[in-house]
Amino acid sequence: MLDPYTESVLIFTGINIVVALGLYLPVSAGLLSLGQGGFMAIGAYTAAYLTTELQWPFVVALLCGGVMAGLVGFVVGLPSLRIKGIYLVIMTMGFGEIVRVFFLNFEPTGAASGLGGITTHTTLPVVATAVALTLLLCFQIRGSRIGRAIEAVREDELAAEVIGINLTYVKVAVFGLGAAIAGIGGGLYAHYATFIDPAQFGFQRSAEIFIMVVLGGMGNYAGAAIGAVVVTVLPEVLRLGHAQEWRMTVFGALLVAIMIVRPWGLLGVRR
Amino acid sequence: MVLIQQIVNGVMLGASYSLIAIGYTLVFGVLHLVHLAHGEVFMIGAFIGLQVVLLTGGGVTAAISAAAASAALVGVLVYLVAIKPIRARKGHFLAPMISTIGAGLVLQELATRFFGGEQVGFPVQMDSHIWHLGGVTLTSVQLVILAVSLGLMLALHLFVTLTRVGMAMRATAESMVISNTLGIRSERIIILTFAIASGLAGVAGVLVGMSFNSISPYMGVDMGIKGLAAMLLGGLGNVYGAMLGGLVIGIVEVISVAYLASSYRDAFAFFVIIAVLLFRPRGIFGSTDHVEA
Repeated sequence: MLDPYTESVLIFTGINIVVALGLYLPVSAGLLSLGQGGFMAIGAYTAAYLTTELQWPFVVALLCGGVMAGLVGFVVGLPSLRIKGIYLVIMTMGFGEIVRVFFLNFEPTGAASGLGGITTHTTLPVVATAVALTLLLCFQIRGSRIGRAIEAVREDELAAEVIGINLTYVKVAVFGLGAAIAGIGGGLYAHYATFIDPAQFGFQRSAEIFIMVVLGGMGNYAGAAIGAVVVTVLPEVLRLGHAQEWRMTVFGALLVAIMIVRPWGLLGVRR
Repeated sequence: MVLIQQIVNGVMLGASYSLIAIGYTLVFGVLHLVHLAHGEVFMIGAFIGLQVVLLTGGGVTAAISAAAASAALVGVLVYLVAIKPIRARKGHFLAPMISTIGAGLVLQELATRFFGGEQVGFPVQMDSHIWHLGGVTLTSVQLVILAVSLGLMLALHLFVTLTRVGMAMRATAESMVISNTLGIRSERIIILTFAIASGLAGVAGVLVGMSFNSISPYMGVDMGIKGLAAMLLGGLGNVYGAMLGGLVIGIVEVISVAYLASSYRDAFAFFVIIAVLLFRPRGIFGSTDHVEA
């Protein structure tokens, strides 16, 4: 048996891998998002509300959270047809803020005081299964027709459209799917943390997810997963020894250093 | 009359957003980069201003000058340490954004360490005078905030339009390669841009401290997000757009608090932005240059 501390680090790592893969999907089609924290919040609150208030089974609630976040993702993804690059990054950031403020005022889920008393359902095997399924999904997508379409859209939208790829369909689908995965990650998080409040899903969370994907290298799924591991485990490693007090300072400095040494990401390919 | 008072209050708040947004937009103009530690630079400015007031008993002028100088220094340091080396190695276009997040984390942690993690008051010795202008009330603190921020914006306008260095800045923002061939030392211009951008943010830090009478190491994130929103509304890289964008967001925020729901104040600004972007994806004054970025 693992000690509780190691187990919690592993569980958070797993959740972060799921969430990072959820951002990698839209990124692989050239759609950047700094609002994944918002989708996590939607998934977390939906799933937690269903299990605590309505006593739904965990897996069903988790999937409902994903579906909910996915539906919102479709709607948010629609403007991405017109809004690109940095504008999209900041628009999604605004979306994340709107979600946070919404839950800050939404009475049925406890508003600012948060939603507590959530039963722990997210155990190590559950997280491991979720990570495996998400990775499997990603690899399936990559080899498929839509995977090649995503790649074409990222490389050259105009050319992709000319060869008959439906841009609207690909972009909205990929954004929605990414949001759904983030929502499932949020549900897993809620059922491990047992208490959620809007502050946990603010800009910092979105930025953290964004860091995982860019740090890992934007070229492949494994990069996003490695990025998630680094971002989760590194601050924990820094707890050891004398670094404890300076841990976030060192983490910030290491982020800068990694980007200087490998500006195309840990597993990224230089173009 | 109530509406006019709200608009005046909104301009007051928005002017600080404008100062921050100008910084984002200046940096974006020359480097095409969203400087995510800018909110933290603003926060450092506020704390240095506070220290000056507490330690030396200095007035508003001393606080503002010290904040501007120290923020400018911090901003240039962030550029030299976290952005320049990555540009030199031609990394992914998002890499500098991540390293500025890292730099922001470091600044936030350092501020927590030296100044404590609590919200602190911002005492400014000033004879508080209240003017009534036909139903609109103005305090002397508000007047100072308004005068300083609008004055700085005017000064910036004169600087970029009338001086040689200002022209060099605009040329660098237009095209770094061409301005280089014309003999402009773009590296110096970039450093100057960071100094100006960060200095303005430092001043905004003191102004925000004065108007809310409280500052904390974590306020950089919120203000940074508002500043980004203001820049986006105005159009990336456009200084006048950033000025207007900040004012619009300030007014929207104050009016939404007064007439709609106060608890949603932080979200209204973003509703406005998303609405604007849907109809005009490049912002109010933005050119189409960066839409494909």
